[in-house]
Amino acid sequence: MIRPDIFTETAAALKNIYDTQLPELRQLKDWQSRYRILMTLGKALPVFDSDGHRDEFLVQGCESKAWLLHYQDPVTTQHFWAFDSDARIVKGLIILILAQVNGLTAEEFARASPELLLNELQLQQNISPSRSNGLLAVLTKIKNVI
Amino acid sequence: MNFDLPALRQQFPFFTAHPDWIYLDNAATLHKPQAVFDAMNQFYCAQNSNVHRSAHGLSQQATAAFEAARTIVAQFLNARSSHEIIWTSGTTAGFNQLVFGLMGPVLQSGDRVLISTMEHHANIVPWHIHALPFGVELDVVPLTADHRFDLSAFAELLKLKPKVVSISHVSNALGHIQPIADIARLAKAAGAIVVLDGAQGIVWEKVDVQALDLDFYLFSGHKLYGPTGIGVLYGKTEYLELLRPLLGGGEMIKTVSFSQSSWNDLPYRLEAGTPNMAGAIGLGAAILWLQQQDIAAMQHHKKALVQRFYEGCRQIPGLELLSGPTTNAGIVALNLKNEHPADLATLLDQQKIAVRAGTHCAMPLFQALNSKGSVRFSFACYNSFDEIDRTLTALATAVELLTE
Repeated sequence: MIRPDIFTETAAALKNIYDTQLPELRQLKDWQSRYRILMTLGKALPVFDSDGHRDEFLVQGCESKAWLLHYQDPVTTQHFWAFDSDARIVKGLIILILAQVNGLTAEEFARASPELLLNELQLQQNISPSRSNGLLAVLTKIKNVI
Repeated sequence: MNFDLPALRQQFPFFTAHPDWIYLDNAATLHKPQAVFDAMNQFYCAQNSNVHRSAHGLSQQATAAFEAARTIVAQFLNARSSHEIIWTSGTTAGFNQLVFGLMGPVLQSGDRVLISTMEHHANIVPWHIHALPFGVELDVVPLTADHRFDLSAFAELLKLKPKVVSISHVSNALGHIQPIADIARLAKAAGAIVVLDGAQGIVWEKVDVQALDLDFYLFSGHKLYGPTGIGVLYGKTEYLELLRPLLGGGEMIKTVSFSQSSWNDLPYRLEAGTPNMAGAIGLGAAILWLQQQDIAAMQHHKKALVQRFYEGCRQIPGLELLSGPTTNAGIVALNLKNEHPADLATLLDQQKIAVRAGTHCAMPLFQALNSKGSVRFSFACYNSFDEIDRTLTALATAVELLTE
């Protein structure tokens, strides 16, 4: 069983990242500083237990392992996410995506372009279908689930 | 001959287009000298016609150029005849034809095939698709403690009497050069058909298929300064004659009725459809170009690049090197302790160092090494010492970011 509070804990962490680290990332000029922050983002998220690391949650198409959990609130129809990866940069990039879309309804999500932020921050110039970059695979999975 | 790096590098237009990148993904694909583009351009602009079948003189010119390329490859490998050179779309396609073709005429249920832990998926998966479902069994030569081919274990496994021994010439993931002369000699003595995957080996050293008494040797054009989409399956005539064609249609047939077909002679029997004419001509040009270079000096230069890179890596704390610096064809696989190879590669990419991260189409190897994968730096004759030094600086920066 996935413990239900992983979604509330993730939501709180993502909100904090959106409010605190994101403005900071926007200020930084050099790539080292941006990556330094990006690579620490994962530490703020709740730790997955072995249930969260089950193969059924693995996103196919990544060289690194990426687990994506999903919960939709039956009343508000909002979509909530939890995420983990064994690679820090992909994890940081996905966190920046999730920080923008966590808690959105399908209609709200359809109007969002969360990947533009990565371009703006010069973290990922091109989101290619290359396997080494699991970003596209996770983005596609999010879109498919919604 | 002298090794003049700036003059050599100037022959590769890619570097003029990307002066700010350091390209160390050469094991994935090499850049090509201008001579290759010239030959392909000349073919498309002045010779383009379908080979073999058309009635006109233009087609005969195209056929002559296409078959001349086959002769270049045959001479390069010292094959007995140019019909021992089968064009493929690459090593992977070659392996699929080879394994499919062996099933039945050569391999039957209960027969064994011997491969090694270091094999690329191209020398594993075709066996899974075409051979294992029909009762063929696969044995695997283990690694030594220093990630080399275990010759004594190999000798033991030969006692199981494999019908086919299929081993990489050079490990694509680690760069280690396999003892191919010993492998071929021992396998022959045990009565096996010997197949070498030359995808990474052919660019390292010249291969004499007769001297080594190889039954099959496969490689890809794009890893030999040639174009993509062309490769070679060399086979001894008597074994090629046995292979069942994987693909049917086009030049490979002799007669066709609705109830049956008979097949053409070698090499055409194994080359269905319109071949990659420009690719073959480009590969021929690449080999001619290579033969004009001092191959020994190129090898010496690559050894020196590996040595310099290896020495530099030893100065960077936390790096774990999976490849050894000796008997190495120019590939260094490494990891940063406790970090994912994808992270290290991304931080290098950010500094315009092109490397590959992951399991390099050799998942079973990394399972054996108990590793998530590696970052692979692969060097070519056109890389410079300055590039090695700048890469080491970038690597140190990446390591610092990951470990602070």
